[in-house]
Amino acid sequence: MKKATRQAYGETLLKLKDNKDLIVLDADLSAATKTDVFAKEVPNKFYNIGIAEADMMGTAAGLALGGKRPFASTFAIFGAGRAYEQIRNAIAYQNLNVTIAATHAGVTVGEDGGSHQAIEDIALMRVIPGMTIINPVDDLETEAAMEAIMQHEGPVYLRLGRLAVNRVHKEKQPFVIGKGEELLAGHHGTIIATGAMVQEALTAATLLQQENIFLNVINMPTIKPLDEALLLKIAKKTPWIITAEEHSIIGGLGSAVAEYLSEAYPIKLKKIGVEDRFGQSGNPEILKEHYGLTASAIIEQAKNMSIR
Amino acid sequence: MMKFEEKARELRGNIISSLESAGSGHPGGSLSAIDILTVLYYKEMDISLENYDSQDRDHFILSKGHAAPALYAVLADKGFFDKKELLNLRKFSSMLQGHPDRLKTRGVDSSSGSLGQGLSIANGLALAKRQDNIDKKVYVLLGDGELQEGQVWEAAMTAAHYKLNNVIALVDHNGLQIDGSNDEVMAVNNIADKFKAFNWHVLEANGHDITSLIEAIEQAKTNKGAPTMILCETIKGKGVSFMENQVGWHGKAPSPEEAQRALSELKEVL
Repeated sequence: MKKATRQAYGETLLKLKDNKDLIVLDADLSAATKTDVFAKEVPNKFYNIGIAEADMMGTAAGLALGGKRPFASTFAIFGAGRAYEQIRNAIAYQNLNVTIAATHAGVTVGEDGGSHQAIEDIALMRVIPGMTIINPVDDLETEAAMEAIMQHEGPVYLRLGRLAVNRVHKEKQPFVIGKGEELLAGHHGTIIATGAMVQEALTAATLLQQENIFLNVINMPTIKPLDEALLLKIAKKTPWIITAEEHSIIGGLGSAVAEYLSEAYPIKLKKIGVEDRFGQSGNPEILKEHYGLTASAIIEQAKNMSIR
Repeated sequence: MMKFEEKARELRGNIISSLESAGSGHPGGSLSAIDILTVLYYKEMDISLENYDSQDRDHFILSKGHAAPALYAVLADKGFFDKKELLNLRKFSSMLQGHPDRLKTRGVDSSSGSLGQGLSIANGLALAKRQDNIDKKVYVLLGDGELQEGQVWEAAMTAAHYKLNNVIALVDHNGLQIDGSNDEVMAVNNIADKFKAFNWHVLEANGHDITSLIEAIEQAKTNKGAPTMILCETIKGKGVSFMENQVGWHGKAPSPEEAQRALSELKEVL
């Protein structure tokens, strides 16, 4: 069962349609962000703002001031990137209940190339005070996260992917914003991953078991606020940590983990992600390979960490 | 109309006093906007302490947020907070921030100040009112220099596209901005024609003439099928002779002596 988290986003919006406060906005990408079905079935709760992301964020802010819970949908690069200051000043500065639904995050946008591959969006959103950042691992977690978001007070950046991904969960679990999840237990080291990289981490850990290397695997869907209690617990019982994310190694999950642990409980840490460079056109699988976003890249690093 | 004119004059004095106390801030655009705010808050808008916590009222967004001293003078006078707070403008831990902050100041409907964003927010509020069948208006005041921000025109399209006749935008057209006149810095030109071309109703008013403002706003309230923009001709620094039409008074507070001069001028007019 493979499904893109953006697909789950669109389907969940439809499931939430009877909530009187839900409003969906898009900026001329509704077929790609998967809001198109909602737009067709619930036209009175959908507004297409056109190719104008800054205006969409401001409009979402106004809707929230009017008591609504808007989901402003666009690609991550145009949300976090182009409309950064509108998100900061119109939405977050007022602590409004706006969700920025950012699809097509990371290099797996693929052939559109580096201009469309947001690999710095988590970093941009992390520095905004009060911003919650959620990067779900699969379709079930996306749905559960959206249900939690509907009860949450304050702005949320919901990071979604373009590609279909395997289910990590067998069934939908209640989503608690700010909590990580231990998927595998081991004593040689820990991989903390977010989004599509969780699947790669699980694959890596399973393969390493055949070589008698046993790793913890943590799914960290909320990047802000970070599950510091879980991090501290893990740091105290593991010799090293690898973080893995489809994002720049600067400013994302790895940085967040490093920032916290370097003060709270310093241990050996390696960040896996896109090195300090832009993406390029290509088949998503080839791009993942090229930028080191694979199980084999994780295995290589895990072996380096274990030897040292 | 005399009582509104007297009220505006009193508020001008409070603006000068708060800016003098702050030691920084924006007198020029506050004084050019205060007659508009007076007409809105004392005559045209359905907004008060009593209905403030309800969505079933008019809303106001000061998109040109640097005119915060004008908005604060009005809100204090309307009883949203103690007038003594005006002397804490821009001071550390004050409820009166340099630009409006909804979370700190009761009566502020939206934080603002980063130019170009207010009309988008007004559209969102107007859509929320439409969703809830609330027959009230969202007023937004923009600066003319602010029209140089592209987002304003994105929002102008949105308001017209969704036929938001509950949006009433006013432009404080004083012709000056930080670096000089609008025409020198980046000519906006033909503001009325531009909004007309974006399918807005457009009205013009003398932004310092109470009767002219009331007429335009009351006409705007009856307009159907499209948002309305009222182009208000104003004078930057209006009411204080040495500030009028002076670019230098965009973002500089009066010294105690200058404030004294300004206040005595305002009293003389009365």
